[in-house]
Amino acid sequence: MPRFSFLRTVLGLSAASLLLLSACQSTPDKPLPIYGGEEIAPGDTVYPRIPDYTLLNQDRQTVTPATFAGKVYVSDFFFATCPDICPVMQTQMLRVYEKYKDDPRVGFISHTIDPSHDSIPVLRDYAQRLGVPTARQWHFVTAPRDTIFHLARIYMAGVQLHPDAPRGVLHSGAFALVDPQRHIRGVYDGTVPDQVDKLLADLPRLLAELPEAPAAAAK
Amino acid sequence: MSTRVTFRPALLRLLAALAAVALVLPGCFTDRQNEGQRLYAARCAGCHGANGQGLRRLMPPLAGSDYLQRHRAELPCLIRRGQQGPITVNGVLYDQVMPAHEDLTDSQITNLLNYVHNAWGNRAPKHTIREVSELLRACDGSDGR
Repeated sequence: MPRFSFLRTVLGLSAASLLLLSACQSTPDKPLPIYGGEEIAPGDTVYPRIPDYTLLNQDRQTVTPATFAGKVYVSDFFFATCPDICPVMQTQMLRVYEKYKDDPRVGFISHTIDPSHDSIPVLRDYAQRLGVPTARQWHFVTAPRDTIFHLARIYMAGVQLHPDAPRGVLHSGAFALVDPQRHIRGVYDGTVPDQVDKLLADLPRLLAELPEAPAAAAK
Repeated sequence: MSTRVTFRPALLRLLAALAAVALVLPGCFTDRQNEGQRLYAARCAGCHGANGQGLRRLMPPLAGSDYLQRHRAELPCLIRRGQQGPITVNGVLYDQVMPAHEDLTDSQITNLLNYVHNAWGNRAPKHTIREVSELLRACDGSDGR
């Protein structure tokens, strides 16, 4: 009798691990979701795209969607004097950056939500202090505040004015993962290392969707 | 029989009292003991790193920081009032804003400093609360608690 129950335990465990394993294997095959889809008719869903934008980066270059043509990119919102979550976010963003440094298929964009303070020299200094010498791959961008706030809503980074918050602005630490069709394919809390692990797992799945030799047309 | 009946509740009461003491005592001590570490994790680790390593050239380190030794007497006020403007730590110039911590008591600042002074390989003498309260008078920052 004890032997039977032991056998049953072993069988049960191996069945469970098989199920778990197959779950692991099946996930990479399934494409990442597209965020914000709206079903306009049964079976007919439209997905929003990141709209056109014109921003200025730390090297005083114009950044538009064309900057990321054919690329996958990660977006966040921050400000240079942010005392609480930004350093945590940028520490996590650095993990992703270090992994894909010099990979022409991957771009990064950090928007300042405090453009009145974060001038281009401030952004440039901030980027260099983080170990990002030029804007070749990671753009620290500014624009009029309304433009940035509008984009923050689109990238799901919940930015709002608040009189008690540092520099008068509250924001979440969301990272958005964007594909070359300008669809959001993942949103992660950039202050939580586990969530950024998920981003690091999702990124290669999105890169696998890119056609061969993708960066030839870019730049 | 009758002795047993009276003895048992007394013993139980004694045991209950001992158990209560055993529960309450470590509560008092371990809490205070780890206060510095908990405050560090909640208030400081975001910028200075979970292990005091700082963040590149953006946020200064606290582990192995020469600033802690050179400015030891100013540290209580630095925590109380925050810090602005360029500072040099281990030969690197940093220029970030550190927020003030007006809500911490003198004893919390003491525990926080003593944690930082002795974490991650740091070895510095501990501050007493009285010493920290006195140093905090320099910035009118002592709350006397």
